[in-house]
Amino acid sequence: MNSSWWKGLVVPAALIATAEVAMRINGSTSMSLAAPSDIAAALAAALLDGSMLAATRDTLISAGAGLAIGGLLGLALGILFGLVRPVDHLMEVTVEVIRPVPSVAVLPIALLVFGFGYTMEIAIVAFSCLWPVMIYTRSAMAGIEPRLMEVARALRLSPWARISKIVFPAALPRILVAFRLAAAIALVVAVTVEIAINPLGLGYGILVAQQGLQPALMLAYLVWIGIVGWSLNTLLSLAQQRLLGRAARVEVAR
Amino acid sequence: MMQTQLQQGGSAPVISFDRVTLAFGDRTVINELSLDVAGGQIVCIIGPSGCGKTTALRMAGGLIRPNGGSVRLLGETLTAPRRDVAIVFQDYGKALLPWRTAAANVSLALEAAGVPRSERPARIRLLLAKVGLTGHEDKYPTEMSGGMQQRIQIARCLAQEPAVLLMDEPFGALDAMTRQGLQDEMLSIVAETGTTVFFVTHDLEEAVYLGDRVIGLLANPGRIGIDLSVDLPRPRNQLETREMPEFLRLRRQLFDFIEKAEG
Repeated sequence: MNSSWWKGLVVPAALIATAEVAMRINGSTSMSLAAPSDIAAALAAALLDGSMLAATRDTLISAGAGLAIGGLLGLALGILFGLVRPVDHLMEVTVEVIRPVPSVAVLPIALLVFGFGYTMEIAIVAFSCLWPVMIYTRSAMAGIEPRLMEVARALRLSPWARISKIVFPAALPRILVAFRLAAAIALVVAVTVEIAINPLGLGYGILVAQQGLQPALMLAYLVWIGIVGWSLNTLLSLAQQRLLGRAARVEVAR
Repeated sequence: MMQTQLQQGGSAPVISFDRVTLAFGDRTVINELSLDVAGGQIVCIIGPSGCGKTTALRMAGGLIRPNGGSVRLLGETLTAPRRDVAIVFQDYGKALLPWRTAAANVSLALEAAGVPRSERPARIRLLLAKVGLTGHEDKYPTEMSGGMQQRIQIARCLAQEPAVLLMDEPFGALDAMTRQGLQDEMLSIVAETGTTVFFVTHDLEEAVYLGDRVIGLLANPGRIGIDLSVDLPRPRNQLETREMPEFLRLRRQLFDFIEKAEG
């Protein structure tokens, strides 16, 4: 980090100060806006009484479980489609028809099948995470050095050993990028489902605050979701560096 | 055919090409190639580019199947790669796992063969010592020179305890000094183990220096053009062997062959 890291904070700080001053001068009683200091107070209060943390837990459980299920399924399908060309051709049309369906459009069906609650939300998050992971993984398969596959053949590695010892480590850098992407999607979809329909988590928290005419609390949720999203991304990017270590450097060196 | 071979020599050939034909689409790469390699021999294959020498090696490794005829290894027709046939590729940088250390790369062959975890470290140490990489166990391939990387690959192949070693221009990408060093190391390893070697090279002197026999292929389609047996004493020596009249005679013969083949 260089010595001028604080320069990036100038603009947000100025904006917050301006908003604060403007709200105070106007003495606004808006139902959609609130002064930054009020938002901060609402955030602190919601964190202290535990409601914000409970909502965060609910959202993260749904997003995490959905990401795990959809991601692993996408990983398995991506490896299968990437390595077995005939299966890829066989499934191409099916995949291309289902994939563009917006995750929110699956909502009514998921609601019918699973009812309200975690399961429905997890299913929709999983549906949304499956595709990016599958497509990234599939293309990562094509990027594996053909000579390595030949070495695997020459050594007569079992199919499972081929995947675990050659294919997976070779594709790991790209698979991790896919999972980071999918994690962002998981959070977005989880919150969307909660706002739209599911009485759970941070999305539902925003909705309740909005309908209760509490703009400060509503915006506090928004700020908090931003913080959660940013932390999640930072965490995953740290995990990526830690997990790859050597392989990441190799990837860059190429 | 099989019977006459068995009657001729005391032992059946280790590698046997029997009227092997291979075509990619319309192009016939190899036409009716018949060739027997006796056990324990080092056979070097030379020839102009496009003569199918690497293709022949890949067929001996079971990586490609011929369209016609058959390739037999120790009497059995090859349909897929075998673990007792090890292949040393020219592009060592691509044939090694960059995320594994030297030791772990050698370990891959032991893992493939189902060697118990507890036995691996000792065997890896022995194999790396054999190729002169003691003390470099924990280095990654990208931290090592080309010659050292090729040594890792050779150690991995030796870990297969191969009856046959297929080498596809293994020293072609190395500088002259490193190449000579590796040639001698390979010769002493092979002399110790009695492995049969099928060695593809474009370096005629290398072929004479290493081989018990040098086979020159002609291109379009690939077929045998010359088959020389090399009666130079072993162990060979980079200076003395290369100055022997017989060495110079064979070298001259191969140069003439290549010139004609390419002209």
